[in-house]
Amino acid sequence: MKRACDKSAELQEAVVSAAALSRPLNLTAGNSKSFYGGEIQGMPLALDGHRGVVNYEPKELVLTARAGTPLHEIEAVLAQQKQMLAFEPPHFGNRATLGGTIACGLSGPRRPYTGSARDFVLGVRIINGNGEILRFGGEVMKNVAGYDVSRLMCGSLGTLGVLLEVSLKVLPIPECEVTLVQERSAAEAIAVVNRWASQPLPITAACYDGLKLYLRLSGEPEAVTAGKSLVGGTEAPELNRIWFEIREHQYAFFNSGAPLWRLSLPPQTPPLELAGKQLIDWGGAQRWLLSDAPAGTIRNAVEAHDGHATLFRNAENRNDVFHPLAGALNSLHLQLKRAFDPKAIFNPGRLYPDF
Amino acid sequence: MTDRAGSTLDKERLVIALQSILPSQAVIHETEALRPYECDGLSAYRQMPLVAVLPENQEQVVQIMQLCHRYETPVVARGAATGLSGGALPLADGVLLSLAKFNRILDIDPTGCTARIQPGVRNLAISEAAAPMGLYYAPDPSSQIACTIGGNVAENSGGVHCLKYGLTVHNILQLKIVTMAGELLTIGSQSLDSPGYDLLALMTGSEGMLGIVVEVTVKLLPIPQRAQVMLAAFDDVERAANAVGEIIAAGIIPAGLEMMDGMALRAAEDFVHAGYPTDAAAILLCEVDGTNEEVSAAAMRVHDLLLAQGAVEVRTARDEAERISFWKGRKNAFPAVGRIAPDYYCMDGTVPRKRLAEVLTTIGHLSSEYGLPVANVFHAGDGNLHPLILYDANLPGELKRAEDLGAEILELCVRVGGTITGEHGVGHEKIHQMCVQFSDQELGQFRALKKAFDPLGLLNPGKAIPLPRHCSEYKALGKEVLTAPGSREEARG
Repeated sequence: MKRACDKSAELQEAVVSAAALSRPLNLTAGNSKSFYGGEIQGMPLALDGHRGVVNYEPKELVLTARAGTPLHEIEAVLAQQKQMLAFEPPHFGNRATLGGTIACGLSGPRRPYTGSARDFVLGVRIINGNGEILRFGGEVMKNVAGYDVSRLMCGSLGTLGVLLEVSLKVLPIPECEVTLVQERSAAEAIAVVNRWASQPLPITAACYDGLKLYLRLSGEPEAVTAGKSLVGGTEAPELNRIWFEIREHQYAFFNSGAPLWRLSLPPQTPPLELAGKQLIDWGGAQRWLLSDAPAGTIRNAVEAHDGHATLFRNAENRNDVFHPLAGALNSLHLQLKRAFDPKAIFNPGRLYPDF
Repeated sequence: MTDRAGSTLDKERLVIALQSILPSQAVIHETEALRPYECDGLSAYRQMPLVAVLPENQEQVVQIMQLCHRYETPVVARGAATGLSGGALPLADGVLLSLAKFNRILDIDPTGCTARIQPGVRNLAISEAAAPMGLYYAPDPSSQIACTIGGNVAENSGGVHCLKYGLTVHNILQLKIVTMAGELLTIGSQSLDSPGYDLLALMTGSEGMLGIVVEVTVKLLPIPQRAQVMLAAFDDVERAANAVGEIIAAGIIPAGLEMMDGMALRAAEDFVHAGYPTDAAAILLCEVDGTNEEVSAAAMRVHDLLLAQGAVEVRTARDEAERISFWKGRKNAFPAVGRIAPDYYCMDGTVPRKRLAEVLTTIGHLSSEYGLPVANVFHAGDGNLHPLILYDANLPGELKRAEDLGAEILELCVRVGGTITGEHGVGHEKIHQMCVQFSDQELGQFRALKKAFDPLGLLNPGKAIPLPRHCSEYKALGKEVLTAPGSREEARG
């Protein structure tokens, strides 16, 4: 474990001089998610040296760490107190940092049941495009003073500012966890999982791999036992590992060089007829698609169900990764970008080609 | 937010223009008819609007906003006006846009566990409509009988169950908003996320400064199989505060964890006869919910923990009627305190839980110093305090003293690492304390963000985000010299 280190001043200086010259920066840390989003032409600004847990209060359910802190380090600190990041973030490699995790805004299998990365963000410290160090939100659960800039940072892919520090709400690790498996068709799997979601059951993950439906139940042992008898299925201890494999894209399904699409859909959407292979996660709300079908075909199919599609990995064209925004929304994005980064120095093109 | 020039249309022409959009009874412009719109739940501040309008569909809102935008007429949106920070306080030269007629639940999807509703629907009405399907809407502010979902979005309202179930921001999926320029935008989606920036989070809690909410899709949750509430009495406030941290440290996330001090609990007991032990220095209400088995186990653990933490008595609600009665006392704490003093002023700071005991002691000292009693009601699980300052507005100088005491309490919250508002919003009331919590540069960033949505600064101007001038005056003069926290004069900034 490397020593904690505060590099705020150096980073601020780098941003100030980049802003003075209007010179684009490419914000990097662990590079574990450099495949995600558009390609950037910019001077690399490494953030992984700015690291260390600043404050952790298990009784407050709050952790604050510098953005360059490795994610595994944070998870280890939490695990010692039987706590966790409840959005189960994917690492995609052992160099993943907290900052990259929040900037990408990705969440794991627990997301539909416990909440997303942004749901757990309580506060941030950032450097904006004017080189000012600003703090928003804080370390308390409820805070409505000023606009919610902290959550706006989540998923903005570093295009609005440099994340220096993030405060997160954390949760206790459930006492008991089991995984059940059932043989189902895709349509059946989606239907039963949605039916269960409207009942008070301790489900914390639900995934269908094309053949089988996997369900995870978590909580007090009494609740898990009662839940098991209601949903049914076969239990096997070795199955618990499947959630890690799916989260990290190490599951056999992901072993392909074909373009990987992430489809975000209302969970009850019936199986989509699209060329290629699909894995249904998040109880139907997130579907992974390996397909060579044209982007337009895929986007039209999900739009018909009020969803959106992201070309997650193996993109041939990295200028068309995220679902295009409607006209008025797009201009609002441009205005917001300008409000935070008037010289357009942060990660130009990482989110959308025009900013 | 800018020092705007003011409407380019006089009242008479504005009324005629609005009447071309709305039926004439939906355009209110006579003094007596406008009176009900002069304040929200923070009635210490009053201002008559120029005109009030009651549109009933999205198209009308779009046209009203286009009109106001064209003539640079400011607009303040209003739901049920239960807000406690003066966020819906009108402007003398502005249009007050009431969403009261947007009162329909458009549809409930029991499979997807969502409901699409108009902004003027009352919070509690959502849960009532969803109950036959075994579902409910989790955020439950104490004003839930009256407050509307549009206002909940504007304030990011919480309630007594948000430690486990989150705030409004965690429980909505999609908004339809009309911008100041009169554009209808869809923010969020029926899916769990949307491409681009998280505008859904940004809109939530933006206090009607970024857009007018005209439709909301909320998430519904399955009604827990069982909920069990325990009431623990303490003879010492500090011990009660410490017990809160110990419950969380034991890995239990209660559905609700509330605290009331002696004065608040006695007032509540006198008012609704909830069965509270009136000799206690403080009580905690701790609710656990979930499956039947889970609740039994958790209730046992909480019970033992509370005793170990020095509770002099722990009572478990015997049945649903007693559970409702325990909560009734808490949910009626504000009006109950209202009965024991001519007026009360409700604060809304949040502090880290570990500082709770210390903050309470300091509030006690401040209360004696100012000679004004303070009753304390808290969402203890979240560290969100609602000190209620008792005063008599008819006594010269008392309102001012109450405001000064309130300002000190809020600044204390900031000093211990908390915030000036947990759920009531900054509004008109706490605008000076924003200068304490945020630096000039941070406030500058807020103003730049506001400009991205509303370049002319016409939507609810003067609220939530102070101008640099306000802060330099507040810091230079000290709060003694200023009149009300943001007097009417200030609101015009």
